[in-house]
Amino acid sequence: MILYGVAALALCLLTGTLVGELLGEAMGVDANVGGVGFAMIMLVLITDRLRRKGKFPEPTEQGVLFWSAMYIPIVIAMASTQNVVKAISGGPMAILAGLGALAAGGALVPVLTRIGTPAEPLPPLTGNHEEKQEV
Amino acid sequence: MDLIVSVFESNGLLVAFAVIGGLMLVSGWLSRTLTRGRLQGSAIAIILGLVLAYCGGLATGGDAGLADFAVLSGLGLMGGAMLRDFAIVSTAYGVDLQEIKRAGLMGGLSIILGVVVSFVIGSCVAAAFGYTDAASMATIGAGAATYIVGPVTGTAVGASSDVIALSVAAGLVKAVVVMVGTPLIAPLIGLNNPKSAMAFGGLMGTTSGVAGGLAATDKRLVPYGAMTATFYTGVGCLLGPSLLYVTLRAIVGG
Repeated sequence: MILYGVAALALCLLTGTLVGELLGEAMGVDANVGGVGFAMIMLVLITDRLRRKGKFPEPTEQGVLFWSAMYIPIVIAMASTQNVVKAISGGPMAILAGLGALAAGGALVPVLTRIGTPAEPLPPLTGNHEEKQEV
Repeated sequence: MDLIVSVFESNGLLVAFAVIGGLMLVSGWLSRTLTRGRLQGSAIAIILGLVLAYCGGLATGGDAGLADFAVLSGLGLMGGAMLRDFAIVSTAYGVDLQEIKRAGLMGGLSIILGVVVSFVIGSCVAAAFGYTDAASMATIGAGAATYIVGPVTGTAVGASSDVIALSVAAGLVKAVVVMVGTPLIAPLIGLNNPKSAMAFGGLMGTTSGVAGGLAATDKRLVPYGAMTATFYTGVGCLLGPSLLYVTLRAIVGG
């Protein structure tokens, strides 16, 4: 049943968010520390185990894959509700600080990826990759 | 007319699905005709979304972009934190955990480095614009980390409210430029594999920026970038008002 997949996803995110809040409180920080990350790890571990036992059949899988396919539309909706006016009205200082952080962070990516074993680039995207993933 | 408005208002989420569908259709067409597919449709859609958010903000004076129009309020639900995080977590389905474990040390390093580098750059920019006291520099530096770390730090170190507002603006700018800039700088920084995506997520830290930027670059990288980015704000809130502020005060005094 499709809902089992959606429910598993929801449980993972709820648990992860709870863990993140607790961790934040334990660290004395007013923020969620890694909630989404914990939820992702949980989802990977649980679904991997269930799949191996054959208890995560394709219809259930579809419940997770649907939301994965909705990711880009959701991000576009997120972009359209950002407070862009405030970002720009912050003036040159805010813009310079934001741009500088992007430039410096970007420049450090190749430096950091040199740590440990080198990584292979992903195979190039085929034309209708997104559609394929849904099926 | 009133009837249409009231139907749209009471079915906000459906309106949002239809509007975003239309926006993606237009973006896909623009991508094929104007850029011959060189700039992905999703990248164009995100840029269009940001432009519309700017117009919406100007027209309504609100702070939620297009969602401040009552008929489009469903966009706030569709693009809000709950569904965004739900979709981010779902992208992790089928991810190879070995990949994440292998890059674990580098991922952790990238988060700390990301917070420190953003903080240093932000506070230097603040000093260049005449904010030379430690509290203001720390607040704006923290804002350059994310728009959540800025106000948390500002409140803790007792910065003035206009400086806190500036730090939020700096964080918002970062989220926006990461969304738009990621596909452009991706080829330059080798952002084409899970490992570099984890480094990128940790160095940038803004969840919305990384989520949007990687969506516009290659959706398969999203789970790796989001994995590290999700720890960033917590680490920033931890280091900003404490270690980083104290170090900064020792350097600039007062």
